[in-house]
Amino acid sequence: MSATSAGAASPPTAPSFYKATIGKKVVMALTGTVGAGFVVVHMAGNLGVMGGAESFNRYAAFLKTSMLVLWAARLVLLGSVVLHIRAALQLYALKAAARPVPYAKKAYRAATPASRFMIWSGSALGAFLVFHILHFTTGTLHPSFIEGNVFHNVTSEFQKPLIAGVYLVSMAFLFLHLRHGLYSLTQSLGLSHPRYVNTAKLVANALAFVVAAGFASVPLAVLTAVVR
Amino acid sequence: MRTFSLTLNVWRQKSASEPGKFVTYKAPNVSEHMSFLEMLDVVNDDLILTGGEPIVFDHDCREGICGSCGFMINGIAHGPNRATTVCQLHMRSFKDGEELWLEPWRSAAFPVVKDLAVDRSAFDRVIAAGGFVTAPTGSAVDGNAILVPKPDADLAMDAAACIGCGACVASCPNGSAALFSAAKIGHLGFLPQGQPERDNRVLAMVEQVTLEGFGHCTSTGECEAVCPKGIQISYIARMNRDYLKASIAKRPEASVGGSG
Repeated sequence: MSATSAGAASPPTAPSFYKATIGKKVVMALTGTVGAGFVVVHMAGNLGVMGGAESFNRYAAFLKTSMLVLWAARLVLLGSVVLHIRAALQLYALKAAARPVPYAKKAYRAATPASRFMIWSGSALGAFLVFHILHFTTGTLHPSFIEGNVFHNVTSEFQKPLIAGVYLVSMAFLFLHLRHGLYSLTQSLGLSHPRYVNTAKLVANALAFVVAAGFASVPLAVLTAVVR
Repeated sequence: MRTFSLTLNVWRQKSASEPGKFVTYKAPNVSEHMSFLEMLDVVNDDLILTGGEPIVFDHDCREGICGSCGFMINGIAHGPNRATTVCQLHMRSFKDGEELWLEPWRSAAFPVVKDLAVDRSAFDRVIAAGGFVTAPTGSAVDGNAILVPKPDADLAMDAAACIGCGACVASCPNGSAALFSAAKIGHLGFLPQGQPERDNRVLAMVEQVTLEGFGHCTSTGECEAVCPKGIQISYIARMNRDYLKASIAKRPEASVGGSG
């Protein structure tokens, strides 16, 4: 009678880590943290537009001091985005398979819209990212793009209410995505603890608001002719 | 005694392989003192007397501790009251003339057996994968031979309150079993007896959860809000922490010991 052989009979370790939804969520959390760190720095840099053309263009040139550093950063960001989207799509497929018959009636007691629609706020941000890079980085979609004159590139476009509107709506999605994502990553990485959970939620909300509002202040300032 | 009537839209499904549909029933003379299941018993009595098929639902202890009962009432697992199983939900929580929608737990891992009853064997397999301690049975150890700090005992007990009803899976927008598995992993993880197999346990149980096809946790908090035992999602964070730790630190079995 060998009732002592543990049911936990040496499960495989490394290959199955990502197979579990927890492993995928860890990848979501880590790559999301890279993205969140990036938008904080990007937002802070953008506020420089308030200082006028000369200093803002100098800041933009400073970012391109070293092509090596620039492309290393771009690669890390691109890698994070790819892994983030890959995990998101895999989890979305798992979610659909986990409930093949939907509820006729479903009420929510705790879930915020931000938490329930991460895939949609994320998709909107993904689409925005493509547009934004073609708009301000490569200039492909910019009617009067001048390489190096970042101040002109930004201010000339944000005078158009439609363009400014697209950016403002995207920042609303960024707020929703960040406010849940920044809290949820503490759960996914096992950092959450009853003692800090309320603080984590507060910090996530505050940081999401500061980032989104900071970004939104640029098109708003141009639109209202505070910065031209 | 106040009595009133209700309109019930009940999910009727003959078996897992046949499609189901909602059928509407009247529940007249509902006493406010009845439990929800007693109200269904009366509806079933009428159905049997008139030659109909009674509505099938799981139940056993009817005192909120066995984990047998549970279905969705108007889209909320176990109905409108917090920290309450459907057998402990009393009809005084409803109003005269209310229309209710009763649906089974919807999860690929919980196939419908019939009507409102689902097969939750998936939970049993998750427990069998590692939700236990390998302890020699026989004579009991001396009391206090193993010291357990009171806060740890309380936290283990809070997690052990899980009755495995499946409401967490049912209410989760992603059909995740994170709260259930986290409670079962957590309750042993807080105790000294659970330490020797702690790494293996979390890896094996999470592996089984994956095989059963449950969804992922997005920290919406829906499970916590409907859990009849009030288990908190902080246990999910603890499970994730254990899983990460075990994945990183676990040694392959062959390399352990053997040197004398």
